[in-house]
Amino acid sequence: MKIKILNFIVTLVLAVVFSFFLPWWSAMLAAFITAVVFSLKRAAVFFTPFLAVFVFWAGYSFLLANGNDFILAKKIAVLLPLGGSPFLLILVTGIVGGLAAGVAGIFGKQCLMLVKK
Amino acid sequence: MKYLKFTLSLLLTASIFYGLNNKFGSIPPIGKFLNPSTGVWQNETDETITGTVSIDGLKDKVTVHYDAQLIPHVFAQNENDLYRAQGYITAKHRLWQMEFQTYASAGRLSEIIGEAALNYDRQQRRRGMGFGADRAIEKIKEDPETTAFLEAYAEGVNSYINQLQPKDFPIEYKLLDYQPEPWTIKKTALLLMYMTKDLAGGDSDLEYTNALRMFGKERFDLLYPDFFDVIDPIIPKGTDWSFIDVPITETPESELPLDSISKTLDKPNPANGSNNWAISGQKSYSGNPILANDPHLGLNLPSIWFVMQLSTPTHNAFGATLPGALGIISGFNNHISWGETNATRDVLDWYKIQFKDESCKQYKYGDDWKAVSFRVEEIKIKGKAAYIDSVCYTHHGPVAYDKNFMGDNKLAGYAMKWSGHMGGNNQRTFLELNKGRNYDDYVNALKHYTAPAQNFVFASTEGDIAIWVQGKLPNKWKGQGKFLMDGSNPKHDWQSFIPQPFNAHTKNPERGFVSSANQHPVDESYPFYVYNDGYETYRNRVINNFFNSKDTFNIQDFKDLHNNNYNLKAAELLPYIFKNMDSSTLTAEELNIFNEVKSWDFNNNIEELGPSIWSNWWNKLYDLVWDEYDVDNVALDKPFTYQTIHLLKTKGKDEFMDIVETPETETAKDLFLISFKKAAKSLMDWKAENGDYNWNAYKSTYVGHLLQALPAFSRFNLPIGGGGNIVNAAKKNHGPSWRMIVEMSSPPTALGIYPGGQSGNPGSKYYDNFIDDWAAGNYHSLNYLQSDIKTDAVIDTQTLISN
Repeated sequence: MKIKILNFIVTLVLAVVFSFFLPWWSAMLAAFITAVVFSLKRAAVFFTPFLAVFVFWAGYSFLLANGNDFILAKKIAVLLPLGGSPFLLILVTGIVGGLAAGVAGIFGKQCLMLVKK
Repeated sequence: MKYLKFTLSLLLTASIFYGLNNKFGSIPPIGKFLNPSTGVWQNETDETITGTVSIDGLKDKVTVHYDAQLIPHVFAQNENDLYRAQGYITAKHRLWQMEFQTYASAGRLSEIIGEAALNYDRQQRRRGMGFGADRAIEKIKEDPETTAFLEAYAEGVNSYINQLQPKDFPIEYKLLDYQPEPWTIKKTALLLMYMTKDLAGGDSDLEYTNALRMFGKERFDLLYPDFFDVIDPIIPKGTDWSFIDVPITETPESELPLDSISKTLDKPNPANGSNNWAISGQKSYSGNPILANDPHLGLNLPSIWFVMQLSTPTHNAFGATLPGALGIISGFNNHISWGETNATRDVLDWYKIQFKDESCKQYKYGDDWKAVSFRVEEIKIKGKAAYIDSVCYTHHGPVAYDKNFMGDNKLAGYAMKWSGHMGGNNQRTFLELNKGRNYDDYVNALKHYTAPAQNFVFASTEGDIAIWVQGKLPNKWKGQGKFLMDGSNPKHDWQSFIPQPFNAHTKNPERGFVSSANQHPVDESYPFYVYNDGYETYRNRVINNFFNSKDTFNIQDFKDLHNNNYNLKAAELLPYIFKNMDSSTLTAEELNIFNEVKSWDFNNNIEELGPSIWSNWWNKLYDLVWDEYDVDNVALDKPFTYQTIHLLKTKGKDEFMDIVETPETETAKDLFLISFKKAAKSLMDWKAENGDYNWNAYKSTYVGHLLQALPAFSRFNLPIGGGGNIVNAAKKNHGPSWRMIVEMSSPPTALGIYPGGQSGNPGSKYYDNFIDDWAAGNYHSLNYLQSDIKTDAVIDTQTLISN
């Protein structure tokens, strides 16, 4: 359990730090590195980084939108189209980030397996 | 096993990365787009309007006060700094739009949007938009001062662009997945070409040629007279033209090529037009002249206009700017006010070109062959190889139609002669107007102005009012350029231009007001050739009748006139129809609708049913009258509304009234009934689907985002009355794009509003915050600051300093 929490926290921290100077895929990089360093097993390989980046992306977008009365989020939720619901858009944002991080986590794990004899 | 797992996870990761990093059709690259650190969430904010920003090249400090409408009030110490700051501030609020418009002008939309825009881009290239911009730059460069200001503006824009991280890009860049490029003088020239095309890029020469060939000269003249029987020109009838000592060009003995043309280039919206007027001190409630302007353009977001105050220690201008161009375009300063309407003169003609052989390297001119020059147009296409189009240029201009484009004759083409290609320093006019102090300054400013020809209205605190029809206008022989001309006949060339002082104008006319609404500039007594090239015939009469109706007018009268919904067109035909149409065969439902329209008072107010019935009915009636025009593969423009109504009322038994496909011979009276029945059916169908057809619902005005009215970024179903040919010219997606009223008190007091908002960011509350007030006919007081000292109207201040 501890390693899962550690993986979660490190992924989250790295994702936030990398986002200052790298494009969107910084979340994938964070998950990849963490997966190599704090190796997890089974479903947790995917879901721990998924959750970490989900929290970051959904949380940060909520903060940004909340500070501006969701003016743009409502419009983007029409554009995409998500029925104009900003919360659905935040959810989708979190899932997209989580998905990217999750697969990067799996990839990291597999790389580690390849190197480990 | 582990290799398989590795490979699978690698593939999975790679495909997720690819899928989220790339654009698919209209779906943006979703990972890039949605991530909160650099994606669209970063646009969920207003622009920063506080603090201090350092900008390359500033000589001195520039103070930018913002008021509650997000209007920047820019105080610079010199003009170079002023226009540098204008570039910077405009880019801050409108970067994507100002760049997008130059792409649209240059025929570069395929670069952003992909192949779907290729046909549009080719037309822009064939029209010589880039060629015209190059010519304008050549001309501007003769004037070092304007060039320096344009460069300062460009550098100001670029200072803003260079400050941006990808996360700061306007949302449209993220949506379409591209980046801003540096601003240049060429882009300003392209923007002005965009306006020139919008306002002086229309013509009917090829369509008229077809009509002349099909119907013969006598019938043609009946359908398309040079002047209607009733006109109320901009320069009042009876003006003395005896000061003009240059004669009209003599008509040559020659033949016109009566070709059959199947298809022509897309035309700008014929509704592009405007109103402006000014009253003298005697006609004003306060003794101060009052001026108003409302340009009618496509209703878009971000709006075509951006309102600013631009001030140096020696001048202080306020009004609407065009993002991408210097200075105030429609506005005022402490001494004068000005505004424009389109002059709609025929400055675009077509010449038939005969090539010597299929290589198209030479064309016939007089008894000789002249060399063609080629302009190679490379149209880059997103996700595809570039499209290369080589356009032939003659001394007339680009051969827009030839075997490679909309034509099939290997030895002939049609070349375009256009004032938009002549080059000119139109920017200078506005720079001088911004600083103008009196009538003479205004007249001198106009001298630089070539195209698109405009009716420049003027009022001053000194008490003068005036209007000049200004542009570089060819002195044509009677009939020249109404039809396709012979490009090999030197006598068909434009022979000379009307000397600028002889452009039609009036200063302080006796009637105490000046006005224009895209109508005929002059009556037939003007010595130079003017003919009806799409002049408006309704708004101007309502405006002039209003100003003739009483002795003095106040600001409320001006507001009322901007918002006047009187439908003169309907009022000139419907009573005649009511008297002459046989309504005995109407069904109960039809009779109901007929009574609805009969009880209408001809005002296009939002709650009325009459305007919807009339609008539907008129369209049906018009199409029935001109059913002769429904011919395949022949480009034709149907006669104008005014003449159509005139013929319906005076020549009801003319053979044009007959519906070709029926065995009976119809007259106007029959058409009234047939078209009414059709309209009634269509209205009942509409009602079944959409509910009550009051004018608000039926017209359903919207302001659409520049990207094909992307619903998420557009505003729909706006409750505004009016319509086409009405002073309140609000059509479905076209109308008053800026309404301004200025009283020439000292200092002037002004009102203004436009259907948009100062911010171009859909995530800002300032994106569309003027729209509701605009629709309701309300105005905002413009806070005309007299110095850079902060007042109560200022909500925040940003200081620009040198780097």
